[in-house]
Amino acid sequence: MSEYNFAYLDEQTKRMIRRAILKGLAIPGYQVPFASREMPMPYGWGTGGVQVSAACLMPEDVLKVIDQGADDTTNAVSIRKFFEKTANVETTAATSEATLIQTRHRIPEEDLTEDQILVYQVPIPEPLRFLEPRETETRKMHALEEYGLMYVKLYEDISQHGQIATSYSYPLKIEGRYVMDPSPIPKFDNPKMEMSAIQLFGAGREQRIYAVPPYTKAVSLDFEDYPFEAMKAEGCCALCGADHTYLDEVIIDDDGGRMFVCSDTDYCESRRAAGHVGAQGTPQNQEAAAS
Amino acid sequence: MYVAVKGGERAIDAAHDWLSEERRGDRRLPALSLDQIIEQLSLTVARVMAEGSLYDQELAALAIKQSRGDLIEAIFLMRAYRTTLPRFGYSNPIDTGKMSCIRRISATFKDAPGGQILGPTFDYTHRLLDFKLAAEGDDKISDDEYDTLKVHHEVHEQSKDIPHITEFLNKDGLIQTEVESDTTPDDLTREPLELPASRALRLQALTRGDEGFVLGLAYSTQRGYARNHAFVGELRIGYCDVEMDIPELGFSIDIGEIQITECETVNQFKGSKKEPPQFTRGYGLVFGQSERKAISMALVDRAMRWKELGEDFVGAPAQDEEFVLYHCDNIQATGFLEHIKLPHYVDFQSELELIRKIRKEALAHQEAAKSEDNQPLEAAE
Repeated sequence: MSEYNFAYLDEQTKRMIRRAILKGLAIPGYQVPFASREMPMPYGWGTGGVQVSAACLMPEDVLKVIDQGADDTTNAVSIRKFFEKTANVETTAATSEATLIQTRHRIPEEDLTEDQILVYQVPIPEPLRFLEPRETETRKMHALEEYGLMYVKLYEDISQHGQIATSYSYPLKIEGRYVMDPSPIPKFDNPKMEMSAIQLFGAGREQRIYAVPPYTKAVSLDFEDYPFEAMKAEGCCALCGADHTYLDEVIIDDDGGRMFVCSDTDYCESRRAAGHVGAQGTPQNQEAAAS
Repeated sequence: MYVAVKGGERAIDAAHDWLSEERRGDRRLPALSLDQIIEQLSLTVARVMAEGSLYDQELAALAIKQSRGDLIEAIFLMRAYRTTLPRFGYSNPIDTGKMSCIRRISATFKDAPGGQILGPTFDYTHRLLDFKLAAEGDDKISDDEYDTLKVHHEVHEQSKDIPHITEFLNKDGLIQTEVESDTTPDDLTREPLELPASRALRLQALTRGDEGFVLGLAYSTQRGYARNHAFVGELRIGYCDVEMDIPELGFSIDIGEIQITECETVNQFKGSKKEPPQFTRGYGLVFGQSERKAISMALVDRAMRWKELGEDFVGAPAQDEEFVLYHCDNIQATGFLEHIKLPHYVDFQSELELIRKIRKEALAHQEAAKSEDNQPLEAAE
């Protein structure tokens, strides 16, 4: 692909995006408008994340791409291939080996380090969007730190359902100032957002970039008497036996029989390699012998 | 065993192979050439160029061929290519007064200098399927015959230097004067959209906006959602020269010619606190022959000008620039709409857990309420 620049975008565009990223890091949780480009994949397929990754990638980087926690979901495969082709960087499925991880809907189970960047794909960056559809209004609300509407919504949830009825895209307050949408990660992942790695968020269609620098306070919104609660399916991974990871429910027969497995495939595999076996798993060495 | 999400890579490759086979269709038939698409599906090519914001017939034809005739897909291909092109300069503004018109009509005056030129229009055709076209007969001609015809076309069917109709109204001060400005307009494709948007920016968004969406909005104004009483003051279609200043030469040169459709509406206006009673204007300009789009654009443009003319905001969608500008782009719209096909099982899982939990509590409540209801009943008996 010599007809395209390294990592597809031209250097001017990368510079524009990097400036937005730096501004985002300087004002944690603030949505920075940027001149998003049309990418060769559709809006909604991660164009924001792809542009942020393209602006951050260096030839020596090692890239990991996950969607729903897995490296081999179709769109993760497609984005990884895109960067293999346009940036010729090394790719990996191992969380610890990656220097840049692009993700959709999950934070890896394994703790990230200061040497890593986590890039999120964001569909709707505005946490207040479904309370107020107008961008002109929501920008004003952020500027005035007027988040009453959000608290009213959470309160109404509790009065109607006995609890806050938001299970993903659960809003957080960043460093005591901006309320931020963490992208549609399950709220199980929210507590991980206070981490050592840089977190960058790209929303291509909505033309916004925002960021959470390392060791930044990220507090999920709640009330004293109704504290935030991370939630996951009860049970253990059927393959590796983990009881502390986020689980996907897989339907396995026509009668609706189901099993639970780790959504983070790399984490699950490394646990199995280390000898952990779940109720329906087979030890790794046997599996290898069988195939 | 757990295999649902494995094999993504092979699945993608196989899907692409199948797609390319389907695109070609029955290979006993000859493949479509780009020339055929350009010549015989010219209005399709025009739409793809207009909404793709790139005037290049060959690329548009290629995009149409590659997308199997899915026009939004073709427009997307054009946009994704366009954004990679370097900007080496800007042309001078085109002068639509110097357009070589193939069509020029006014609905407000029976006749005017320059005359009414009907041109190649569907307007007065009877919409009866022409089964002759379905017959295989080839009406191909030789190069010599073509040259003769071409000369004939050039002499007889293009008129230059036709004045704009609205200028006649302007002489009497009956129509609002447009504010002239030499400021460089913002570029929608290079800067993030911020509101309120300038009129230039609104027009940019409309001209590349989805034809169906802009048509629907324009139609809604006619049916009373911010009605603006539009007349087609003038509609013209033709060719304009594109000139560019070349600094090394010190003068401007023609770099080509583009076909465009321009529509100026004349809108009734009874006056407001800010403006006296006068006619007002809406403006539409679109690549290629695309009058439906140009007229629609002019109506929506006029509806969005309520603030500058001191009119009331009546809450109509066409008046609401945030609503219009954020939703008229079909590439953004289709991307976000179709992305819900992508896996969402992590979100769905967390919703499952939540609904199970809330449901369990709600059912427990109902049970408790039922047994409470029953007790006083028994007591009453």
